[in-house]
Amino acid sequence: MGVPVYQGQFDVLHAERLLWRAGFGPRPGEAEALAKLGLARAVHSLLHPGNERLVGPAPHDAKGHPLAPADAWGHDHCWWLDRMVRTSRPLVERMTLVWHDWFATSNSGVGDQKLMLHQNDLFRRHGLGSFEQLLVDVTRDPAMLVWLNGTQNTKDAPNENYAREMMELFTLGADRGAYTERDVREQARALTGFTNRWKPGKGVYDFHFDSTRHDTGTKRVFHKAGRFDWHGACKLCLEQPQHASFFVRKLWSYFIPTPPGGATETALERLYRNGYEVRPVVQAILQHPALYDGPRMVKPPIVHLAGLLRRLDAGITTTDWAWIGQLSGQQLFYPPNVAGWDDSRWLDTATYRGRWIGVQRILDERKLDPGHPPAHQPGDASGVLDKALAFWKKPPLTAGTHAALLQFAQTAIADAGKAQWKRQQYPILVENALRQLIAVSPDMQTS
Amino acid sequence: MTRISCDECSRADVLRAVAGRGLPAIEPGMPTPAGTGLTRRNFVARSLGLALSVYGVGRLNLFEEGIAAAATGPQSPILVTVFLQGGADALSMLYPEGDPLYRTFRSQLAVSGGTPFAEDPRLSWNPALSPFAQLHGEGKVTVMPAIGYDHPDQSHFTSRHFWEVGATNASLLSGWMGRYLDAVGTLDNPLQGLSLTGSLQPTLATARVPVAAIDGPDQYGFWVPGVWGEVETRMLDAIGALGRVPTHDPALSSATSVTAHADRLRRQLKPFASSGTVVPAVPYPTGDSFPKQLQGLAAMIAAGLPLRCVALEGAGQYDTHAGQATALTPALTTTAASLFAFQRDLEARGVADRVLTLVWTEFGRRAKENGGGTDHGAAGAAFLIGTRAAGTQVGEFPGLSTGLDADGNVRATSDFRGVYASLLEQWLDFDASRVIPGVAKFSRPHLVK
Repeated sequence: MGVPVYQGQFDVLHAERLLWRAGFGPRPGEAEALAKLGLARAVHSLLHPGNERLVGPAPHDAKGHPLAPADAWGHDHCWWLDRMVRTSRPLVERMTLVWHDWFATSNSGVGDQKLMLHQNDLFRRHGLGSFEQLLVDVTRDPAMLVWLNGTQNTKDAPNENYAREMMELFTLGADRGAYTERDVREQARALTGFTNRWKPGKGVYDFHFDSTRHDTGTKRVFHKAGRFDWHGACKLCLEQPQHASFFVRKLWSYFIPTPPGGATETALERLYRNGYEVRPVVQAILQHPALYDGPRMVKPPIVHLAGLLRRLDAGITTTDWAWIGQLSGQQLFYPPNVAGWDDSRWLDTATYRGRWIGVQRILDERKLDPGHPPAHQPGDASGVLDKALAFWKKPPLTAGTHAALLQFAQTAIADAGKAQWKRQQYPILVENALRQLIAVSPDMQTS
Repeated sequence: MTRISCDECSRADVLRAVAGRGLPAIEPGMPTPAGTGLTRRNFVARSLGLALSVYGVGRLNLFEEGIAAAATGPQSPILVTVFLQGGADALSMLYPEGDPLYRTFRSQLAVSGGTPFAEDPRLSWNPALSPFAQLHGEGKVTVMPAIGYDHPDQSHFTSRHFWEVGATNASLLSGWMGRYLDAVGTLDNPLQGLSLTGSLQPTLATARVPVAAIDGPDQYGFWVPGVWGEVETRMLDAIGALGRVPTHDPALSSATSVTAHADRLRRQLKPFASSGTVVPAVPYPTGDSFPKQLQGLAAMIAAGLPLRCVALEGAGQYDTHAGQATALTPALTTTAASLFAFQRDLEARGVADRVLTLVWTEFGRRAKENGGGTDHGAAGAAFLIGTRAAGTQVGEFPGLSTGLDADGNVRATSDFRGVYASLLEQWLDFDASRVIPGVAKFSRPHLVK
C-alpha cells in the first residue's frame, strides 16, 4: 500500500499552508499561482524548482555595505535570512534549515563562520538528495569535526562525542533500544582518524583522514564484527533496522504536527529504504492528507519573519535581524545544542516578545506619519482594518481574531471624541497598531 | 536618563550575550535606534524614574496591579535552580586529591591548588569554586558529591530530561517544578514559574497554570513605531484580547495562551519598565548574562514580585569532551562568583531566608580522561545554597577504586528524586507524592534548617 494522498479541493488557502510548511510563506501572488497547478503539480514544482533565482534587492547592512557572512558577527544569520526571503527555491532552503536543525552544529563551539557556511552549503546541495551521502559528508565536514571533536578522536584516546550523537540524534534515536553504551564506544573507535592543523591567526584548517590515527582493530557494533572505519560506521547506522522509522518520523515532524500513524509510516519507510533518497519521502509527506486536513503548526521564528518580509517584497536592510533572531529563539548557525531547536516549544513569553520586536523592526521603516495623513485615509474602524490587512496582502485570519482587531480599532477611534486633531490622527495611529497586531496574532504565528 | 525603548533593551541584551561568548561587540552595522531625542516616552521614563527614586525599589509593589494581585505572600519560599548544561565534571569541582587513583585517571586534567573540603578529607574544592567553599564555611552550602540515579543514562538529553521531569521517565512532559506550580499556582500569575534564560526551561513546564520566560525584568516592554497615547494603551489591551480568542486548534491555542501570558506578564513587570530599576546591592561579575540575570532576580524578589520557582542556566557549558582544562575554569569561575554575589545581594536586601538555590547538571563525567577531555559519565555533583540550607553533605564521594560502575563511571550515592522530595516537603511545605512519581522509594535527606 502506498502513502495516502490528499484528494480534496486544493485552493489558495491550501496552497498558502503548503508554502508555509514547505518554505517561508507566499510572495504576493504565489499562493494563487500554486493553487492553479493542483496539488500534484504544485508539490512537483517545489521539489524540482530549477536553478535558483534571487528575487528583489541585494542585502546590505544599515550603512548600505554588503554583508560579510564569513566574518562579521550576525551577518551569517542575515545572509541566510536574505536567501530565505529572496529564493525561488523555498523548499530547498527549507530543507537546508531542516538539516541545520537535524545535524545541529553551533558556531558557539566551532568558532569559524567560514566553516559554518561551508556546512550550510553542504546541507543545501544535499537538501533533497541522498541521506546516505549527506551522512557521509556530514561525518567528514570540518565544522562537525570541530563541533563534536571528530579530530580529537584517536586510536590512543577515543572520544565518544560524535559516535554517540550520530546514533542518538542523527540516525537511530534514544530510548528505543537501538544501540548500547558498548556500541557507542565501538563506533567511536571506528570513527577515529580524522585530524586537522591549526595556526594562530588562521585557526583550524587542512581537515583530513590520517590512517596512523585510526584504530584498525576489530570492532563489534550492533552484534556485527569487523574492522570498521568511519564509512563503515555510517553504513552500520543506515542499515540498523530502526534507522528508517527514526528517519521517517523525524522528517515528518518538520512538516506535520500529528504523528503519521502506522500504515503511513510503514509506507514511508518502504519508500525511504529504496535508496535512502530524501526527495520521494518529502514528496509523499507534502501530498499527505494530514498536511491539509490536520491542525496548524507553530511557525519557527525565522520562518515567521522571512514570511513577513516575503509578503512585503522587502529586502534585508539591517543586521538587527541577528539579535532579533536571538530574542525570538532562533539565531541561525547557533542552535542551542546538538539536539537542535526544540520545535515543540517555540513559543513562550520571551520569544513572543522577540517576534514582536521583529515585526516592530519591519514596521519601523514603513510607519505611517499621523502628521501627514495620506489622501483617502479611511476614518472608520472597518476601513482602517481593511487597509492594515491589505498592507500584509490580506492574510487569512480566523473570525475571532478579526473581531478582536475590529473591536480594538473601534474603541481606539472612538477615544478621539470630538477633538479634531485626534479625529484626524487616531485612525493613522490605529493603522500602525493594527499592522503590528496582525503580524503577531496567533493566526500569523501558525500555519 | 536616556530614552527607553525595546531597541535599547535588546541591544544591551545582545551586547551582553556577545560579550559572554568572547566575540567582538557588534557595533558595526547596528543602527541608532529610531527616534532619539526627547519624546513622550522619555518623559514617562523620567517620571517613573523620579517616582522610583522617591519610593525606592522595595516599595515598588505599591504601584502595580500585578503585585497587588500577588498570589504568594511576602514570606513564601522561593526555589531557584541553576542548570550546568552539558554534564559538569564532578571530579574537577570537588576533586579527590586524596584518592590514589585520581592522578592515574586524570594524568593531564587533575586539578590542584584548592582548599580542602571540610566534610571529607579526600576532597578539595576546585580553586574556581572558592566562593562556594567560603559559603560552605558559613554553613550555607549543602554538597551532594555523587548524585544521580540507578541505571544512569549517558545521553545528555535523556538524562537532562529525567532531572527536568523529576522521574526516570522519557515520556513525561511536565517539569517537576511545573507540577508543583500546577498544584499551588494561579491562572493569573505567570511570574510564579520564571525562566530567566530567554526561553522556557523544561523544569517549569506546566499543564495548567501560566509560567514566564524573560531576559530580565527590565526587558519586557512592548511598543510600536507611530503609536502612542490613548491608542497605545488600547493597543496593549488588544494583546490581551487576542489572547482570549477561543480556539480548538492546539497550535493556535498555544499561540493564544502565550499572547495572554505576555499581556499579563507585561503588567506584572511594569515596576521595572524603565532602565535603572535593577540596582544590585553588591557588585556582580561582568561580561556574562548569568550574573545579570541573577541581579534581576534579586531585585524582583526584593520588590515582592510573586515568584515561586525560578530556573536559570549557569555561565558557560560543561560538555568538556576536549579542551577541558581551558574550558572548565572560566565557566566555573563566573558561575560560582555570580552565585556568591547573588547570595550576598539577597542577604543585603534582607530576603536571603526566602531563597534556596539548587545547582545541578545532567550527569558527571567519565573517571578516566580521554586525553584532553572527558566523556559522559554517571553521578555528578549538585549544590544547595542559601542561609536555610542545612549545610551537611548528602551522600558521599564513593571513591575511585570501588565507587565506579561497569562503564568506569562514578556511582551515585544520593538520588535526585529524594532531593526534590526533600525540597518540596522541607522547603515548599508540599506533599512530594503529588509531584514525584514513586516517591516512597527514595530516602529524603535533611536539606533545610
